[in-house]
Amino acid sequence: MRPFTYERATSAQDAAAKAAAMPGARFIAGGTNLLDLMKLEIETPGHLIDVNGLGMDQIVETPEGGLRIGALVRNTDLAADKRVRKDYGVLTRALVAGASGQLRNKATTAGNLLQRTRCPYFYDVNMPCNKRKPGSGCGAIGGFSRQLGVIGTSEACIATHPSDMAVAMRVLDASVETMRPDGTTRAIPIAEFHKLPGQTPQTETALEQGELIISVALPKPTGGTHIYRKVRDRASYAFALVSVAAVIGRDGKGAVALGGVAPKPWRVQEADALLPKGAQAVSDRLFAEATPREDNAFKIMLAKRTIASVIAEAKG
Amino acid sequence: MKFDTPAGTNPIDRMTVVGKPTPRIDGPLKVSGAAPYAYEHHDVPGKPAYGYVLGAAVAKGTIRSIDTARAQRAPGVLAVVTYRNAGKLGKGQMNTAKLLAGPDVQHYHQAVAVVVAETFEQARSAAAMIDVDYARTDGAFDLLAAKDGAKEQGGNDAPTAVGDFQGAFASSPVQLDQNYTTPDQSHAMMEPMATIAAWEGEKLTVWTSNQMVNWSLKDLAATLQMPVENVRLISPYIGGGFGGKLFLRSDALMASLGARAAKRPVKVALQRPLMANNATHRPSTIQRIRLGCGRDGKIAAIGHESWSGDLEGGGLEVAVQQTKLLYAGANRMTAMRLAVLDLPEGNAMRAPGEAPGLMALEIAMDEMAEKLGMDPVAFRVLNDTQVDPEKPDRAFSQRNLVRCLQDGATRFGWSRRKGPGQVRDGRWLVGMGVAAAFRNNLNMKSGARVRLDGQGTVTVETDMTDIGTGTYTIMAQTAAEMLGVPLAKVVVKLGDSSFPVSAGSGGQWGANSSTAGLYAACVKLREAIVEKLGFGPGEAVFEGGQVHVGNRSADIARAAKSGEIVAEDSIEFGDLDKKFQQSTFGAHFVEAAVDRYTGEARVRRMLAVCAAGRILNPTAARSQVIGAMTMGVGGALMEELAVDKRFGFFVNHDLAGYEVPVHADIPHQEVIFIDEADDKVSPMKAKGVGELGLCGVGAAVANAVYNATGVRVRDYPITLDKYLDRLGEVA
Ligand SMILES: Cc1cc2nc3c(=O)[nH]c(=O)nc-3n(C[C@H](O)[C@H](O)[C@H](O)COP(=O)(O)OP(=O)(O)OC[C@H]3O[C@@H](n4cnc5c(N)ncnc54)[C@H](O)[C@@H]3O)c2cc1C
Ligand code: SF4
Repeated sequence: MRPFTYERATSAQDAAAKAAAMPGARFIAGGTNLLDLMKLEIETPGHLIDVNGLGMDQIVETPEGGLRIGALVRNTDLAADKRVRKDYGVLTRALVAGASGQLRNKATTAGNLLQRTRCPYFYDVNMPCNKRKPGSGCGAIGGFSRQLGVIGTSEACIATHPSDMAVAMRVLDASVETMRPDGTTRAIPIAEFHKLPGQTPQTETALEQGELIISVALPKPTGGTHIYRKVRDRASYAFALVSVAAVIGRDGKGAVALGGVAPKPWRVQEADALLPKGAQAVSDRLFAEATPREDNAFKIMLAKRTIASVIAEAKG
Repeated sequence: MKFDTPAGTNPIDRMTVVGKPTPRIDGPLKVSGAAPYAYEHHDVPGKPAYGYVLGAAVAKGTIRSIDTARAQRAPGVLAVVTYRNAGKLGKGQMNTAKLLAGPDVQHYHQAVAVVVAETFEQARSAAAMIDVDYARTDGAFDLLAAKDGAKEQGGNDAPTAVGDFQGAFASSPVQLDQNYTTPDQSHAMMEPMATIAAWEGEKLTVWTSNQMVNWSLKDLAATLQMPVENVRLISPYIGGGFGGKLFLRSDALMASLGARAAKRPVKVALQRPLMANNATHRPSTIQRIRLGCGRDGKIAAIGHESWSGDLEGGGLEVAVQQTKLLYAGANRMTAMRLAVLDLPEGNAMRAPGEAPGLMALEIAMDEMAEKLGMDPVAFRVLNDTQVDPEKPDRAFSQRNLVRCLQDGATRFGWSRRKGPGQVRDGRWLVGMGVAAAFRNNLNMKSGARVRLDGQGTVTVETDMTDIGTGTYTIMAQTAAEMLGVPLAKVVVKLGDSSFPVSAGSGGQWGANSSTAGLYAACVKLREAIVEKLGFGPGEAVFEGGQVHVGNRSADIARAAKSGEIVAEDSIEFGDLDKKFQQSTFGAHFVEAAVDRYTGEARVRRMLAVCAAGRILNPTAARSQVIGAMTMGVGGALMEELAVDKRFGFFVNHDLAGYEVPVHADIPHQEVIFIDEADDKVSPMKAKGVGELGLCGVGAAVANAVYNATGVRVRDYPITLDKYLDRLGEVA
C-alpha cells in the first residue's frame, strides 16, 4: 500500500470538487473493495475523500412512485428495506446472494456499482493486465479464464463485472444519479453506466473525473415474479459463474439480465421480447455475438439452462 | 521403552479417562484469545519489527539485478535482506527448493527478499519498491505434456508386480481400463505460515507454526549453517497445517535473517496471496486403473499407475499406495512415474498418496460394480482381504473394512439407493455414493518427560505439537489414566524444542505415537513414585489420586513432598509393522443432489464409519473426521489450483480464487467409530484417524453425483462445466 492522505468531505459537492481538483484522489465509502486493492497496489490513490456521513444513506420514495436509494445505503439495509422486498424482490435477492453478511454491512450502493473485476490476473501485479496497466497486455486471454467474460469483451480485456446488485438494477431499469464537481447533477441510465472495454479497459464507467454518485433511482414497480439465480461452484460466498435476474409477468413477458458473463450486467432488449418463446431463443439472442474462450465456453450453455430454470420457476 | 511384542493388559485398558468424550483442555484458552499463535507471542526479548516477504515474479530464471535502495530509504525500514546480503545459506533436508531465491529462481513466489520495518504497513509498502530484474527462462509447467518423460523411482516408490497382471487382465471377462485426474491442491489452512525470530548473541529462538518441531529445528540450523544447539523452536499452537507445516518454510528463515540484519526480533506472516505458490502443495496426478473381474465379481487383476510432477530432486505423490493393500486379487501391478516440473514445490498434504489415489480407485470400483451388475457395497465386501495381497503370509493387525461398509449401509439407508438418474426432488437429481476409506497406520519414535510435584500436579513436556487436532487433551487423558489423577491435575506443555523429541504431527502418526511415548515416560514415573514411597514390590495401582501396593496406600502427592519427581522416556517401535500390516479403515456414504438445470452439485448427507483402533477421545476424533469429510467435499467439488501453463504458476492464489467449502456446502454429517483396540500397534492400542477421514470421501461424492445424474466425471474437481452438456435437455 502506498502512503496516502485522507479527509472527510463536508458535502456532496465538496467531495466532487475536491476529487476533481486532486488528480489521483478517490472516494471511499465502505472501503471493502478499494482498501483490498490498495493493499495490493492495484489501486494507488494519493488521497482518499471519505463520503460517509453526508446524509446519502436514506431510501425515499420518488414523486414518480419509485424509490431513490442513497449512494451510501448499505447493502444490508437496502436488501432489508420493506419497500424493496415488496416491490423489487429481485434486488433483495441479488444483494443477499453477494459477499457475506459482514461485508454487506459495510458495502454501499455506489461502491457496489463501482467494484472492480475479480479477474485473477488483474489481482496479480506481476502479470500483464491492460485494465491495471494499460498497454501491458491481457494475461487472462490464453490463460486461466474460466471465470471471465464471453460477451461484450474485447481482445484487450475479457473481464467481467462482478456485482450481483447491478444485475438486478439493470433488469429494473435503474438510473444512477450523480453530482459533478461544479454542483450540477445528472441521471445516467444503468444501461449506459458501465462501459465495454474496447481498447480502453481501464475506463469502466461513464463517470467523469470527480463525479460523485449520490443516489440510484428505481422506476415505479412493475409487478411480476422477481427471481435472482446465482450459479457458483460452492453454495455461498463466491462470485457468480453465471447469474440471471428476471422479472416475469403472468403472461410470460418480462425482462432478463445476466451477471458473470460480460464486463457489465448483460441485457439485450430484443432478448426480453423472446422470453415467451423460451430459454433457447432468449439465450441465442443474448449471446449472438459471443466470443467465448476454451475455459469459459460452458457459460453460454449454463446461462441458457439457468434462464430455463428461471422461466420454469416463474411459471410456478 | 521398546515396543516389539503385542501389548498386554495395561493401565490404559481401564479407560476411565482415555476413551471418554472429553472437551479440549485448551479450548477455553483458544476461545478467549489467550492461546498465543506464532505471530502473537509477547514473551519475546524486545518489541518485534515486521517483516514482509517479496515473492519472485517469475517461475523460472535468474535474478539479473536487485535494487533495494529505494526500499531501504523508505520510512521505518530497518533492513532489507536478499540473497546478496543473507550470508551463506544451506538447504534443509526436507526442502526441495531453496527458501530464499537468488540468483536462480526455482518457482513462482519463491522468496526473493524480506523487508523489515517498524510497522507492517511500512514493510509492505517498501517491499513494493524493490526493483528486481529477472531473466526469465522457459520451464515445464504442464503435467500432461511432461508425462511421457516421467521416470520410475526406486525404493518404496518402485513399481510392484505380483502374479501375471497382463495375462489375467486380458483374460478377464469383465474389464475396466480408465484414466482419472486429480488437480494440484492447496492446504489453505486458516493460519498462514508465521514466525517471530529473535537472536540473543549466537542463539536464535523462533516462535513459529510448525507440525514437526525437531525436523524444522534441524533444517533451520542447517539452512543458517549454525549448530543446532543454538536454535530453539517453539510451536505451541498451530492454526491448521494439513502437511503444509511439516517442514521449515520461508517465514521462519526470512524472519531469522531479517532479525539478524535488523538486530531486533522480527515477525513474519506470509501474506495470503503468497501461500499457494511460496508454500508447498499437493501435486496433481494422472492415474490409470485397470480392473479385471470374473463374472462372479472377484477381482483377478488389479493395476494402478500414477504420474505426478515436482521440481528437480522432489518426490512423487504416492497415489497407488492403497491399491497394494486394499482389495484381494492374485494378479497385481502398481507403478508411479515422476516428471520434472517447474511449478512450486509439491509435498505432503493430509493423507498424501491415499487421498488422490482413492479418489481414483474408488470411482473405478464403482464403475466396475456397475459393469458387473453388483451393488458397490457387496462388490467391495466380496473382494476384502485379511492379508497383505502382495505378501499373503502377512496378516493385517486388525481389519474391519467389511463391518464399516455393512454397518454404514444399514445406518445410511443404502438399500433405498436406485439406479443412476432415477431419483428426482423438484429440480434436483438425487443420488447416493459409497467409497472405502483406507490409510496406513504409521508409528514414529516419540519421547516425553513427566513431572510430579508436591501438590500432586502432573506436568507433561514434549516437543509434540497440537495442530488443532486435540493433542493437548489426549496427552492429559493419557497421563491422568496412567497416574490415576483427575484431568484437572495434569498440565501439558507442547511444541518446544527444549522438551524431549516426539513423533510430531503428520501422517496421522501423532496421536498414537506421542501418547505411547508419554505412556513410556509414565511407566517410569510410576516406578519412581512407588520407589519413593518405599512400597516395595507388588503390583501398583494408581487411582483416585492414590497409589496402592498390596494393602499400602498413599496420596500420590506425598511421593513428591520432598521434591519433584521427574521421569523421561520414549517409545521405539520394533518390527511389528513388518510382521503385520497396520492400517485404518472406514466407509464413506454420501447423498448428493445435482440441479438438473444448472448442474450445481451439493452434498446433502454424509456418514463415515471408521475402524481405527482405540479412539482416545471420541469428541476430538469426530472433529477430525468431520473436518476431513469437509475437506473431501472440497476436493470432490471445488478445490483446484489453476495452473497457468505459460507463466508457470498457480493463478487462483487467494481464498477468493481457491474455493474450499463454506458452511452452506456442509450438511448433516455423522461419524461412527467401531469399537477396537489393536494390541500390535502400541501400548495405547490406538491408531491414527486424522487422515483416514479424508480417504475416499471425494470418490463417495463423485459416485453420488454419478448415481444422481448418470453422468460420470473422472477429472476432479467435479465442476458443472465438465458435465453440463451431458445432463438432459431443459429448454
Ligand atoms: C470477500 C468478498 C466477497 C465478495 N463477494 C461479492 C459477491 O458475491 N457479489 C458482489 O456483488 N459483490 C461481492 N463483493 C464485493 C462487494 O460487494 C464490494 O466490495 C462492495 O459492494 C463495495 O462497496 P464499498 O462501499 O465497500 O466500496 P468502496 O471499496 O468504498 O469503493 C469502491 C469504489 O467505488 C468508489 N466509490 C464509492 N462510493 C462512491 C460514490 N458515492 N461515488 C463515486 N464513487 C464511489 C470508490 O472510489 C472505489 O473506487 C465481495 C467483496 C469481498 C471483499
Ligand atoms: S481480462 Fe482484463 S482484467 Fe483480466 S488480465 Fe485481461 S485486461 Fe486485465
